[in-house]
Amino acid sequence: MALSVREYRARIKSTESMKKITRAMELIAASRIIKAQQRAQSAAPYARELTRAVSAVATFSNVDHALTTEPENPRRAAVLVVTSDRGLAGAYSSNVLREVERLVEKLRGEGKEVDLYVTGRKGEAYFRFRQRRVVQAWTGFSDQPTYDVAADVGATLIAAFISDDGEEPAEGAPEGVDEVHVVYTRFRSMLLQEPTAVRLLPLEVVEGEERPGEADLLPLYEFEPSPAEVLDSLLPRYVQSRIFFALLQAAASELAARQKAMKSATDNADELIKKYKRIANQARQAGITQEISEIVGGVNALADAQAGSE
Amino acid sequence: MSGSQLQVELVAADRLVWSGEATMVIARTTEGDVGILPNHAPMLSVIIEGVVDVQTADGETWVAAVDAGFLSVANNRVSILSERAEMSHEIDLETARHDLERAKSSGENDDAAHEAVRRAEARIRAVELAS
Repeated sequence: MALSVREYRARIKSTESMKKITRAMELIAASRIIKAQQRAQSAAPYARELTRAVSAVATFSNVDHALTTEPENPRRAAVLVVTSDRGLAGAYSSNVLREVERLVEKLRGEGKEVDLYVTGRKGEAYFRFRQRRVVQAWTGFSDQPTYDVAADVGATLIAAFISDDGEEPAEGAPEGVDEVHVVYTRFRSMLLQEPTAVRLLPLEVVEGEERPGEADLLPLYEFEPSPAEVLDSLLPRYVQSRIFFALLQAAASELAARQKAMKSATDNADELIKKYKRIANQARQAGITQEISEIVGGVNALADAQAGSE
Repeated sequence: MSGSQLQVELVAADRLVWSGEATMVIARTTEGDVGILPNHAPMLSVIIEGVVDVQTADGETWVAAVDAGFLSVANNRVSILSERAEMSHEIDLETARHDLERAKSSGENDDAAHEAVRRAEARIRAVELAS
């Protein structure tokens, strides 16, 4: 009870305005999450058609492609880390980063060196603070990624992957990588988002389309201009669309995590306000009691003094 | 599965642009324009920046400008995939013309510049064809 009533009032006020802010952020996140989910849904047809096309090519032609061949002994791996640009989303970014550390540990254990590629300011700051080299970072879009960004990220990773042809790179040239992993947060539901690590390259194409019904047997595609060329332009797009998918999932997860974090912040603020109000009232009553006893004491003292002089 | 109509889907990376029934689809592949009629042989081909022309089942025609992508035909299902696709009525002609001017006057002569020119031209052509 060290503080005066006035000081408690000030605390209540500041907690109340904080609560307004967290409440607003909660509502904003809640409304954006719907948009993020819609975006993820509207990107689905493209991914679906692309997957169909890729598996069709993989099934009907025996073309080996640079993006699908497993390097004989992988020495270097790239990890794309998808984090958020802003905090206030609970453990969202740190969960992803913990998953990254685990993956990096595992890859190092297999004798591979790890190159980091990061999206989102939080991840970038994390690695910069620890003075770990980040090959490339993209920031400024984490809650509403566009396809252009995914295409850019994809092109960079593919270039790094392709440039490794199994031979020793020239001195000073940037080293290519033998595999590419992505760590992002999968959006399971509003309540559950889990950090996931997947290997992106070399691609594992799921062979064969879903079992066809008797009526429509798998069509024997003609490839124009040639299977190799179709694959050449198909696979990079497939990779980009996978990255886009990861970014969209991460965006939805980030917003869900933020909504949850802000909701509990608002609840905590409510509780704090209640507690402070109680203490402030106690302090106020204690003050009144003290004043009364001072007055009574003063009157008594006066009365005693008068009685003594008479 | 033989019918007299094509099930067409025009899909961009971030949305489904159009889907429905059609009687003919024309698109530009790396080899040149192809026209697809019902019961076309299964085909998977690479398309470049250009215009996709579709005659719908109810006799209407619509045009869209697309970026590089793919065309797949099987069992009377036609899917056109492109990173970006715009229906003619979504294109702002002024912006497209402006883009073309800029792309042409940039003076660069690499693949990216050619692509930009082709893209802008495709958008303008889509609007002109539709009107």
